[in-house]
Amino acid sequence: MFFQQIVNGLTLGGVYALIALGYTMVYGILELINFAHGEIYMLGAYLGIIFLGFFTAIGLTHSNIILALALTFVLSVIFCSAYGFTVEKIAYRPLRNAPRLSPLISAIGVSIFLQNYVMLAQGTTDKVFPHIFGSSGFGLMNARITYIQVFIVATSFVLMIALHLFVVKTKMGKAMRAVAQDKTMASLVGINIDRIISMTFVIGSGLAAIAGLMVAMYYGLVNYFIGYVAGIKAFTAAVLGGIGSIPGAMLGGIVLGLVESFGASYISSEYKDAYAFALLIIILLIKPTGLLGTRSIEK
Amino acid sequence: MALLEVRSLTKTFGGLRAVEDATFEVKEGIIFSVIGPNGAGKTTLFNCLTGILQPTKGTVYFEGKDTVGLKPHTITGLGIGRTFQNIRIFPEMTVLENVMVAQHSRTRCGIISAIIRGKGFIHEEASIKEKAIEYLEFVNLSDLAKSPASSLPYGDQRRLEIARALATEPRLILLDEPAAGMNPQETAELMVLVERLRQWGKTIILIEHDMRVVMGISDWIIVLDHGIKIAEGIPEEIQRNPAVVEAYLGKEFTY
Repeated sequence: MFFQQIVNGLTLGGVYALIALGYTMVYGILELINFAHGEIYMLGAYLGIIFLGFFTAIGLTHSNIILALALTFVLSVIFCSAYGFTVEKIAYRPLRNAPRLSPLISAIGVSIFLQNYVMLAQGTTDKVFPHIFGSSGFGLMNARITYIQVFIVATSFVLMIALHLFVVKTKMGKAMRAVAQDKTMASLVGINIDRIISMTFVIGSGLAAIAGLMVAMYYGLVNYFIGYVAGIKAFTAAVLGGIGSIPGAMLGGIVLGLVESFGASYISSEYKDAYAFALLIIILLIKPTGLLGTRSIEK
Repeated sequence: MALLEVRSLTKTFGGLRAVEDATFEVKEGIIFSVIGPNGAGKTTLFNCLTGILQPTKGTVYFEGKDTVGLKPHTITGLGIGRTFQNIRIFPEMTVLENVMVAQHSRTRCGIISAIIRGKGFIHEEASIKEKAIEYLEFVNLSDLAKSPASSLPYGDQRRLEIARALATEPRLILLDEPAAGMNPQETAELMVLVERLRQWGKTIILIEHDMRVVMGISDWIIVLDHGIKIAEGIPEEIQRNPAVVEAYLGKEFTY
């Protein structure tokens, strides 16, 4: 039971962490809570169904399932990144120098727009994600672990490590941190801020797309409002870890997943969603900057 | 041809004229100082030259190219580096990273090569690091390369800013009150450093309040008062200029 909950919690937490990274990176750079981020995750799930459906129709899924899945992931990531890129360009960039509330409201508008856009295009009924891994798995230490869980945990951890290395080691990652710390100064050392901001949205949206796809594979059902709850949870994870902090978002996501999973099994699954927010309130009372958040600089 | 030519540069904020009709040119290889009382428009002038602010009127030619309307990162790319009066290092990076990030526009490898970590990428990262250490050695900070930038003492942070400006490979460096808050010994070291920059072939525009610094190292000085250029010349001329004395000390009281 205990180990089972660890596995379930890590699965959930990995997904939360991937979405939370998008919130935290955008906040770190623009001080904007991108409320439309959850919808990008939802789009990722839908795009997965569409592309996989297409590959099934042309027979690729039957002949080479690994290739079909890989292509589905790659295409969904590309499309979602394009969505993220476009949203920033049309909804946030024109408001770059506006009062802080304006882009926030614009973000809520984008979120409502994307939800309704998908509802009109895809209908209000749940869409079924094709069963690929099925529910096959293996037993380990009295727990039952499905292959899809292994896949989700492994993928999210690999992505988190890759993102961390990207931010710490590479030239673009350093530029991203510089922009987050001081935009004017960053531009004066030759960094094109607009490009870095676009890149941040592209990376965040790509991670959200992968999260959406994996959750669709895990639960098997997708609808146009899944982005709302997942977005709120992931945002909670980002705040929990310290908004603006990349390792914080990772830790916050994992902690949130574990708390939900343990709460649901040891206390009651009725309050599954409440644990996340209860935890958030407690952490913020003790450490207002979140687990790994540093001081917030008021400008 | 002068390295930098400024013609009739004007910047107004609402009704306030921060810089008014400033015209001057900066020859290559000199130390050029901009002085004037507080609020004279010196920093505004720097902001217009580096693209942080758009001039209301006037033209700026750097190496014969019109830079008005260009974004700050483009102007940096053309070869103008800068430091700030209130230090603006990247506090949550190491000293080395501060300098490495400033080579951004001087290197080619982008996101794709970073992902595939090709040979070119690894080679480039190594050469960025090597160069960064050279710049740190120039300002005598290479021992502290691994320290968090925010942990450096004040004087070292100023020198880090200069190293970072150098890493953008500028031909022209704008230093905004580099001696502010420094003790006399640090100020003396700074003067030596600025002189070494010139010997290295850099052209320097300096905003400075410390008159010993200004008169000691400048080749040419312009004086701004309320946004208007009231005098220019070599240090000896500026010291004798009654308009300058008046701007600093007020009109001489006569019986």
